[in-house]
Amino acid sequence: MKILNLLRIAWKAIILNKMRTFLTMLGVIIGVAAVITMLAIGEGSTQSIKEEISGMGSNMITISPGAGMQGGVRTDPGQMQSLKLSDYHAIKEKSSLITHISPQVSGNGQAINGAENWPTSIYGVTPEYLNIRVLELEDGSMFTDAEVKSSSKVAVIGQTVRENLFSTEEDPIGKMIRFNKIPFRIIGVLSPKGENTFGQDQDDVILAPYTTVQKRILGINYVQSIVASAISEEKAPEAVNETYSILRKEHNILTGEEDDFNVFSMDELISMFNSTSEIMTALLVAIAGIALLIGGIGIMNIMYVSVKERTREIGLRLAVGGQSMDILVQFLIEAILISVTGGLIGVSLGITATLLIEHFLNWPTSITATSIIISFTVCAFTGIFFGWYPAKKASGLDPIVALRYE
Amino acid sequence: MGQETVEALRDVSFSIEEGEFVTIMGSSGSGKSTLLNILGCLDQPTSGSYEIDGLKVKDQKPNGLAKIRNEKIGFIFQSYNLLPRTSAVENVELPLLYNSAISKDIRRKRAIDALVHVGLEDRLHHTPAQLSGGQQQRVAIARSLVNDPVVILADEATGNLDTRTSYEIMALFQKLNISGKTIVFVTHEQDIANFSARTIELKDGNIIRNVQNHDIMLAAEELESLPKENI
Ligand SMILES: Nc1ncnc2c1ncn2[C@@H]1O[C@H](COP(=O)(O)OP(=O)(O)OP(=O)(O)O)[C@@H](O)[C@H]1O
Ligand SMILES: [Mg+2]
Repeated sequence: MKILNLLRIAWKAIILNKMRTFLTMLGVIIGVAAVITMLAIGEGSTQSIKEEISGMGSNMITISPGAGMQGGVRTDPGQMQSLKLSDYHAIKEKSSLITHISPQVSGNGQAINGAENWPTSIYGVTPEYLNIRVLELEDGSMFTDAEVKSSSKVAVIGQTVRENLFSTEEDPIGKMIRFNKIPFRIIGVLSPKGENTFGQDQDDVILAPYTTVQKRILGINYVQSIVASAISEEKAPEAVNETYSILRKEHNILTGEEDDFNVFSMDELISMFNSTSEIMTALLVAIAGIALLIGGIGIMNIMYVSVKERTREIGLRLAVGGQSMDILVQFLIEAILISVTGGLIGVSLGITATLLIEHFLNWPTSITATSIIISFTVCAFTGIFFGWYPAKKASGLDPIVALRYE
Repeated sequence: MGQETVEALRDVSFSIEEGEFVTIMGSSGSGKSTLLNILGCLDQPTSGSYEIDGLKVKDQKPNGLAKIRNEKIGFIFQSYNLLPRTSAVENVELPLLYNSAISKDIRRKRAIDALVHVGLEDRLHHTPAQLSGGQQQRVAIARSLVNDPVVILADEATGNLDTRTSYEIMALFQKLNISGKTIVFVTHEQDIANFSARTIELKDGNIIRNVQNHDIMLAAEELESLPKENI
C-alpha cells in the first residue's frame, strides 16, 4: 500500500519537527478557539436578552399617555392624564385579541416594618397583572377583583422588599407594613425574578389594588398606563392596531389628528434588541475573522518556509524514485494531520475557554454547532491549502534542480 | 536565469555493458556530474539519446523516469544527501518506500542486509549526525544497493574521504562489481580510477579518452599496504 507508506513518511516528518508542527498548529488552534469563544459570547448574550424579553411577557402590550398637543404646547407624557379608567374598561370589553389587561399606577415611597424601612415602588394593578408580566407567587395569594373593587389595603411584595423588611425566619404573610404611612396587610410574596436587561431589580416592588394606590397613595383618578397581553406573540401587532382604533374612538380623535396615547408591543422592543445584537455579533465575527486570518497567515508562513527548507529533501525523494504525486500526497497528509489536529485542539480549547468565561465571569454564552463547523473548516482548509500549494510547486521541480537548492 | 548557454557536454557517445566497472574522469567543470545525472535519469540531454536496460529514456514521462530511477538505478550523490535526524535503516529504506510491490517486512530486511553489506551492522539506528563521513558515505552506498539496481552511479563517492577510507569504499565497490553489479564511478583522482576496468576521460564536455585498464589494482590489497593506524 503506497498511501500507507506516504502516511508513514508524513507522520515521521511531523514528529521529527515537533516545534515546527507545534507552531503551525498554534495558528490553527488560536484561530479556531477565538472564533468559537467569540461567537459563543455573542450568541449567549443575544439569547439571554431574548429570554429576558420573553420573561417580561413577549406578548405584552403597553398603553401610555402620548405626547399630545394642547394649545400648541407639548405636555410631558408623565404628567399627562389622558388615560382614564374608562379606556381600560373599553379595551377590556371591546378587544378580541387581548386576554389580560390591567391599569397601572405607581408611586415611590418608603416601606416600613417596625424598625426596618426600605425605599421602593408600589404598583397599583389588577390580579391579571401576574399573567401579563409572567410573575409567580412564592407564598400566599394574589388579591382578588373584589379586593380591587373595595380598595382593600392588601399587598403582594417582591423578594427584595421581603428581604429588607423581614428577617429570613419571619413569615411576612399576614404582617402589616406601612407604605408612605398607609398600612398594608401582606397577603403574598412573589417568586424572585432577578434583574432585567437594564439592570433594574424586578423584585423591588410592592403590588396592590390600583384603586387603593390611586386613592390612598397618589390621590388621582386617572391611570398612568395600561398593560395587557395579546392572545399570542404573533397577534401582538394586530392587537396593537385594534387597541389604537378602540382608543381613538374612545377619545374622539378624528382622522388626521394626533393621538394622545401610545400603544406598543414587546415586538418592537425585541426587534430593537435584535438589531443591536446583530451589530454586536457582526463585530465579534469580524474580530474572529481577523484571528482566523492571522492564524492562516501563520500557517502559510510556516508551511512555506518548511517546504522551502525541505526542497532538498523533496529533490532526494524524487531522485530515489518518488513521483511528484507521492511528494504532493505526503505534504498534503502532513498538512491535513497538522490542520485537523490543530483544529480539534482549537475546538476543545474554545469550548473550555467558553465554559471558563461562563463560570468565572458569569457571562451568558452559547456554543453553536455552526461556529465550530465554520472555524474548523476555514482553519483546516487554510492549513491544507498552504501546505499543499508550496509542496505542489516543489514537487513539480526537476529532481536535480531541487537537489541543488540551497 | 541563463544569460549564456553553457554546453556542459558535446558529442558524447559510449556504451557500458552489464557487469562493467567504469570510471569517468576529468578536471573540475569538465561535465562529469552532468553526464552522470543524465545516466541517472535525473537530467535530460538537450539532444541525443540514452538507453538503459533496453528503455529509451527520452520517450519516458516524468513518472516513467521516476520508476526507472526507483527500480534500475542506485545513485550515490557527491554530498551523500541523507535525510537528517533519520536513522541509517530508514535512510536506506527510502527508495523502497516508493515501490508499492515491497512489503514493510521485506523493506526492513533488505535495508538491514544492505547496511550489513557495507559493514554498518552496528550502526543501524544511528542518525547521520551520529555517523562519521565515511560511515555516512556507506549509508549512501547501502541506499543505492537496496533496490537491487541494474547500475550503480557514484559521483565522487570518495571525494571527501581520507585515503584509507577511500580505499575501503573502493574495496566495497570492487566486491560489488565482482558479485555482478554494473558500476559507473566519477572521480578526478587517477589512483582511484586505477581500481576500475575502464576509464572515460572528459575535457570541456568532450570525451578525450575511453580506454580499457589492463592493470586493475585491488583495493583490498592496497589497503593492506597502507601504514597501519595507531590505535
Ligand atoms: N545548472 C547549471 N546551469 C548552468 N551551468 C551549469 C549547471 N550545472 C553545471 N553547469 C556547468 O556545466 C559544466 C559542467 O559541470 P559539472 O557539474 O558536470 O562539472 P564536474 O565535472 O562534475 O565538476 P566537479 O568535478 O567540480 O564536480 C560546468 O562548466 C558548470 O559550470
Ligand atoms: Mg561534479
